[in-house]
Amino acid sequence: MPTNGAPTKITQGSRTKGGIGESTLRPDGTLKVTGEFAYSSDMWHEDMLWGQILRSTVAHAEIVSIDTSEALRTPGVYAVMTYDDLPTDVRNYGLEIQDTPVLAHGKVRHHGEPVAIVAADHPETARRAAAKIRVEYRELPVITDEASATAPDAILVHEDRTDHHIGHVPHPNIVHRQPIIRGDASEAAKRADVVVRGEYYFGMQDQAFLGPESGLAVPEEDGGVHLYIATQWLHSDLRQIAPVLGLPEEKVRMTLAGVGGAFGGREDLSMQIHACLLALRTGKPVKIVYNRFESFFGHVHRHPARLFYEHGATRDGKLTHVKCRIVLDGGAYASASPAVVGNASSLGIGPYKVDDVEIEAIALYTNNPPCGAMRGFGAVQACFAYEAQMDKVARELGMDPVEFRQLNAMEQGTLMPTGQPVDSPAPVAELLRRVKAMPLPPERQWESSEGADVRQLPGGLSNTTHGEGVVRGIGYAVGIKNVGFSEGFDDYSTAKVRMEVVGGEPVATVHTAMAEVGQGGVTVHAQIARTELGVAQVTIHPADTQVGSAGSTSASRQTYVTGGAVRNSCELVREKVLDIGRRKFGTYHPAWATAELLLEGGKVVTDGGEVLADLVDVLEDEAVEVEAEWRHRPTVPFDLRTGQGNGHVQYSFAAHRAVVEVDTELGLVKVIELACAQDVGKALNPLSVVGQIQGGTLQGMGIAVMEEIMVDPRTAKVRNPSFTDYLLPTILDTPIMPVDVLELADDHAPYGLRGVGEAPTLSSTPAVLAAIRAATGLELNRTPVRPEHLTGQA
Amino acid sequence: MRVNFTVNGRPQEADDVWEGESLLYVLRERLGLPGSKNACEQGECGSCTVRLDGVPVCSCLVAAGQVEGRDVVTVEGLAEHARQRSCGDAHGTALDEARGRQAQGTDSQTGEGTELAPIQQAFIDAGAVQCGFCTPGLLVAADEMLERNPDPTDADIREALSGNLCRCTGYEKIMDAVRLAAARQQEAV
Repeated sequence: MPTNGAPTKITQGSRTKGGIGESTLRPDGTLKVTGEFAYSSDMWHEDMLWGQILRSTVAHAEIVSIDTSEALRTPGVYAVMTYDDLPTDVRNYGLEIQDTPVLAHGKVRHHGEPVAIVAADHPETARRAAAKIRVEYRELPVITDEASATAPDAILVHEDRTDHHIGHVPHPNIVHRQPIIRGDASEAAKRADVVVRGEYYFGMQDQAFLGPESGLAVPEEDGGVHLYIATQWLHSDLRQIAPVLGLPEEKVRMTLAGVGGAFGGREDLSMQIHACLLALRTGKPVKIVYNRFESFFGHVHRHPARLFYEHGATRDGKLTHVKCRIVLDGGAYASASPAVVGNASSLGIGPYKVDDVEIEAIALYTNNPPCGAMRGFGAVQACFAYEAQMDKVARELGMDPVEFRQLNAMEQGTLMPTGQPVDSPAPVAELLRRVKAMPLPPERQWESSEGADVRQLPGGLSNTTHGEGVVRGIGYAVGIKNVGFSEGFDDYSTAKVRMEVVGGEPVATVHTAMAEVGQGGVTVHAQIARTELGVAQVTIHPADTQVGSAGSTSASRQTYVTGGAVRNSCELVREKVLDIGRRKFGTYHPAWATAELLLEGGKVVTDGGEVLADLVDVLEDEAVEVEAEWRHRPTVPFDLRTGQGNGHVQYSFAAHRAVVEVDTELGLVKVIELACAQDVGKALNPLSVVGQIQGGTLQGMGIAVMEEIMVDPRTAKVRNPSFTDYLLPTILDTPIMPVDVLELADDHAPYGLRGVGEAPTLSSTPAVLAAIRAATGLELNRTPVRPEHLTGQA
Repeated sequence: MRVNFTVNGRPQEADDVWEGESLLYVLRERLGLPGSKNACEQGECGSCTVRLDGVPVCSCLVAAGQVEGRDVVTVEGLAEHARQRSCGDAHGTALDEARGRQAQGTDSQTGEGTELAPIQQAFIDAGAVQCGFCTPGLLVAADEMLERNPDPTDADIREALSGNLCRCTGYEKIMDAVRLAAARQQEAV
């Protein structure tokens, strides 16, 4: 019973407690604080084996030979598998392009690529056996950047491409290219009084979710397998797993295990197929848990990017044109690169009104680690660069950077570079005003009655300064992110909702395949059911593939799309319940036929508030159940030559103000405050909304001042695959993060809501960079900034 | 080898332990206590924090053999640990206090009636739990800090929890939760 996303009336049950708009608490909260919540790495089964993956030690090489004999002889080892042991002809997988080998076939294309898998009775036995597999490599030159990828004699990372992008890319080592042309940027440039050019570099960021890739595959009696797994999209996994196993999808049952964060890093498969293969081969349950070292090789990262920008403006501060070229390094396999290109290009100039635009974005195939989805998805890299440009233009014009942005800020009705009108509120200037209006933290905030508290200073407990050489800087930034899957993707979700009387009380059960990764979707689903069905008790059924697809927990889309599906199914359930009520009681009161009826507080009431019946009496022993798909407004692909097209579902906006203090002598940075203002349309759960904004803000700060996967440019090997060397913000590094939430309804979206999760990750990074520039006067065209960049040692 | 030690007040015996196994592995895979988490297994993230003879440690860095004869408290035993601590105090009203903080019906589908330590309840109430993978380690560390320092400043909290990584929350709600637990603890005294 598919329906679409036409706006419908909000029928909020104001008398039902715990509905939308309230900060209800997580249904999984108690389990999570007591240690009882079962994450994918906690799965355990009688008689289970442990799986281990052997990964390539080089980035680009032909495999001359693989000798597994010694590993197989190891006591406790049950199976060793290589490419030759794969059961069917389907030996690759991938989100959009199936270019990723389940196990390496004759060649490895990046450091850490899976080559063989082992199952043994103890994880250490499996590790030691894997280490005994002898792989002989013949190394090939590595492709690491645009120059080496597109050189005339460049080795092709993928020799025989047949994917649907090969026809329009200028070189087979380019995954996808998206130009966007609107107006005439070269002609408009003639009107510019100032022209500012810049080249920027954005480093490779890791999602660094804390729960490692892990799961348990249990072979079943019918020859199938049941996989308990942490993922962002069960049905996408299923579509990729089943063909490799040679099983019909109904014989691969998938249940969502507890997910310890995701941030895009679980969109691609990791150990799913390997665990299933070993389970089917051995006939025993197989558990695989990556350690942190392996996790750095086991998932895609955020694309590093080189960005070239030209902005022009008239003396009175109006942008004349923007030209930009964004080169994303997709690494060895495509993953989500094509969609990241679509985002980087279409959102490439930011939330500004510019009629004359020339944009090009490409993603490369290289031998660097594969890159794909991470929170912000292409929009993050662009925002870092265009916001640096906006500051530079303002400086050239002698204008205040916030006023300059406000003067050029897009509004509802503004056309995107793609020609798509922004047809819901776009309070860009207002968000900047709000974030600027927040009170500033006091100067010399480190001073206390007992002298300087070094914990509040750059360098912290290293005790490197008591305030000498410390300079404060303030910076601003604003960004635009799309919500939902774009470019014509059929981005639907499914919800099954059931209502019945249990223990004398009406209870709703919500069953979706939505991956709860920590964002709080389960909390919101219960709230929606309470609001729509007027019940106090809502049970959230575990997510699995026994119900239709919910789409991905990505692109800030789940509250919009699966939330929309839950609401839609609740409405259909409500209609059925009311039909039952009319049948049973319709003759007793004329309002059954004439009034608008709602379900509130366990009762059927008229919109005037008159109670007609108790839900318990309407339902008696009947259960009402509906499973339905729901769709938002359709989108279309961007034109491959002009980039024109209504490609996005919805836009979301956030602005940040960063206050930093820099020890200019040592190049140490302390971010003091990161204030955010964001429009969320409607905060379904205000507590969770603020949590999302603060979490996203801190991830943006991480890539500004500390986080970067270092890849050796000579070998394409990862140099820092650990939490010792890949620096994540700790609570000591974290600034205070005041949040101002604006709620301007989007009439096209359920309850007027706007996807929340990603926008705050965009503007956080450029705001911090702007503040460091303000403190130091340095150009700083790359992120993250490290001490050597501030002291002139880099 | 065989290892005998006390976990959450109960004597435990783990057999066939390989010498290289960590305390974390023994807890999770041999004793059925997976609450202590395995985020990095290299002592950087604090998700596996337990109390070893009262001292917070990363259980991934403790060899199983080192705990022979010693006393371990994990997140699974945190509520009981907090209850015993407050029972030891002269006012004697702590049990009722603890019951008053039980999760309410709408808080949880499966946790109703679960007795929680004040810090656990505060994490739920303040929105300090998202994916929850860092939560057990943070709870053990925060509870230990409040035991030592019942009235911490923000800087004290940050210092005490600086060995525990969280990737979801941005730590602000965790700060709120610890402040809330400290305030409730003060009120109860």
